[in-house]
Amino acid sequence: MSTPPAGPPGTGGGAATVPLRIAGSPAGPAGSSGSAGSSGSAGSSGPAGGPARPAWHPSVLFAPARLRQLGALLLVGVLAAIVTGPTGNSDKPLQAAKDSIVDVRIVLYLGLAVALWVLLVLGAQLRGALERVSAPVRAPVGAAYGRRGGPIVLNLVLLAIAIVAPMVVSTAAQQSMVNDIGIYALLALGLNVVVGYAGLLDLGYIAFFAIGAYATAYFTSQTAMPWHAPFVLNPFFVFPIALILAALAGVILGAPTLRLRGDYLAIVTLGFGEIIHLVANNADNITNGARGAFGVPHLSIDLLGIDYKWGIDPLPYYYLLLVIIVVVMIAFGRLERSRIGRSWAAIREDEIAAEATGVATLRMKLLAFAIGASVSGFAGVLFASKQFFNPQSFSLQASFFVVAVVIFGGMGSRLGVVVGAVVLQGLAFYLRDKVPPADRYIYFGAIIVIMMIFRPQGLVPSRRRRREIQLVEEGIGAADSLGVAPTGGQR
Amino acid sequence: MGFLDQFWQLTIDGLMVGSLYAVIALGYTLVYGVLQLINFAHSEVFMLGSFGGLFAARALLPDDGSVPGGLASVGLVAVGLGVGAICGGLAAFTLERVAYRPLRRRSAPRLAYLISAIGASLFAVNLAGKEFGRQNVDLPDLFHNGTVFTVFGADVSTQSLVIFAVAVAMLIGLDRLVAGTRLGQGIRAVAQDADTAVLMGVNVERIIIVTFVVGGLLAGAGGFLYAMTFNASYSMGFVPGVKAFTAAVLGGIGNVRGAMLGGLLLGLVESYGGYLFQASYKDVIAFLVLVAILMIRPSGLLGERLGRAA
Repeated sequence: MSTPPAGPPGTGGGAATVPLRIAGSPAGPAGSSGSAGSSGSAGSSGPAGGPARPAWHPSVLFAPARLRQLGALLLVGVLAAIVTGPTGNSDKPLQAAKDSIVDVRIVLYLGLAVALWVLLVLGAQLRGALERVSAPVRAPVGAAYGRRGGPIVLNLVLLAIAIVAPMVVSTAAQQSMVNDIGIYALLALGLNVVVGYAGLLDLGYIAFFAIGAYATAYFTSQTAMPWHAPFVLNPFFVFPIALILAALAGVILGAPTLRLRGDYLAIVTLGFGEIIHLVANNADNITNGARGAFGVPHLSIDLLGIDYKWGIDPLPYYYLLLVIIVVVMIAFGRLERSRIGRSWAAIREDEIAAEATGVATLRMKLLAFAIGASVSGFAGVLFASKQFFNPQSFSLQASFFVVAVVIFGGMGSRLGVVVGAVVLQGLAFYLRDKVPPADRYIYFGAIIVIMMIFRPQGLVPSRRRRREIQLVEEGIGAADSLGVAPTGGQR
Repeated sequence: MGFLDQFWQLTIDGLMVGSLYAVIALGYTLVYGVLQLINFAHSEVFMLGSFGGLFAARALLPDDGSVPGGLASVGLVAVGLGVGAICGGLAAFTLERVAYRPLRRRSAPRLAYLISAIGASLFAVNLAGKEFGRQNVDLPDLFHNGTVFTVFGADVSTQSLVIFAVAVAMLIGLDRLVAGTRLGQGIRAVAQDADTAVLMGVNVERIIIVTFVVGGLLAGAGGFLYAMTFNASYSMGFVPGVKAFTAAVLGGIGNVRGAMLGGLLLGLVESYGGYLFQASYKDVIAFLVLVAILMIRPSGLLGERLGRAA
């Protein structure tokens, strides 16, 4: 956030910021009403936070806002102790929380909270120092990224790492790299079209994944499910079928909903995801219920003299996934810069203006939704042919997890969402023995909230999305297709 | 046994459940009215209130497992409702403070609010699962549950009567609050036009917090009533949450009386539908109703706009 980005063409540039901001009543509702300027909530580093602060003085430490910040951080520390503490049960509901607080570790967490507070108080100075130290490191990377062709070099380096990485890790890690990182990176790339490009929210995204997986079981095996096709197909032929089925489901679901406000889509998809999960879990004589589909054949190819079968070994799947992910990334990059991609950007930034200039907004949103769904269906085929699956893989939590990956990585950024999948799933893999699987979602939930508060553009932001978010916060345009911003902001 | 024989029984059950939906739906509708935002984490407020009330009532129950009667029962229900409401209110307040306010300060895009609410919801559900275990938690009987009277041959149990009466009392109370008090006037003013409300001297920030807390109080008390009928679990919020949201949309989101009507109607539809089709697809009915309204009459039965309705 420190380097002022030159506005990319089309978003108005920096000069437009000032006059429009004045027009938009600088002292809005939030400023004029009640606790103005308290910024008490856990150290919000708002736009006014950094630069124009007078010289530092010890009394700053004891300003009411600072003390409130300390209080909030201490509370967060206590919460962190509870989150990482022992597991409780309903017979003694408060026991676990009590045990977590009355424990030596609380000292550690409170100490961390105070340390963080000191860091925040000294933030301006530290940031300056950090900038000076990190400048020699950042400059070449930044320059490489800024120069034409630079990202290609960076991307090739990353690709090389991705090719070499699985060879140096354990088999368990290889499995995880396929099942968790690879599949979720692909899912996140698909959801990125919906969330990042079109600015909509899909909370039942994993339902399309389930459609792809069950379609695979239906078409490729006579034994995997009680309900199966009268013929058997090679899994490769199921890819287009699943793609179309998922896209169709997306259109059927999206068409009535997208006509209205975008936020209804979130809840309708949520319900849809849950229904698919329920049906998969309960329809014993169709999907084999909770036991799941067993014995879907592995991928195999026998064409033009090439005869190859994918098997138990995760590595061939890994490289197949890698190829698919790279292809999808390149394709979506092209898509983003195409007429369609520009329509999405226009819809995000100002839907009414987009519509007035001839963008078929409803159709474009539907298209994004269908493309996202089809990627999910595609990933479902890979997933099903890789391994045994049951409805647990398609729970609501999985949908939320994909959302977390996209948000964490940076919505709208292809590289970002892949990095998000690597980091979050890598974290989950690393924590697999230390944290019970169900508890991981506590951390993912916390990550989502923290990212939204402090870094809504994500870990590896897309330049355009970052700019949009910045502009919205200054009261210009929009950054999603959900309609006007909620009240109470500083507009 | 035909549908007509069961009609009155189904009606009574539907009204009971529907009144609970209505109570939860108010939380969605109020927040929507004021912020134009679906509060996705509202179902977790409901869940936390439910646990609070349940644990409080259970702590006060006699150890010998006997069912209390008379004043003791009334007291227990009142304590459960009170603690549930307080827990719900606190949860809603914290939610607003942590997940919404920092975003509002920067006037973040709408998508950010939805996502942040999802995160908060994920956090709360799984933390509750960790702290309270992941099984269903039953609340022992707080009173003797028998048939009080019959209507057209259908039994009205003490429990349905208590739930219906409390829920309706809360609905009427809220309606009065929104329609008749100064606070309600403020809420309606902000719902109509926040910018103008500020100019008229309404403290928008305060109104937003109060709206969240009022919604939380209702959801918490509703959660306790729900736990009394069914049970409580860490993931209990999701299904009633989606249904209450459906109820809010059915009545016209942002419309207080609409949410009440929507809740009762949805309860009835679900009760009849569950009997006519299959009980296990009961949850699907609410969702189908939601999609149907969105297609046919997206503004709901009574229309949107909190400001006009009350």
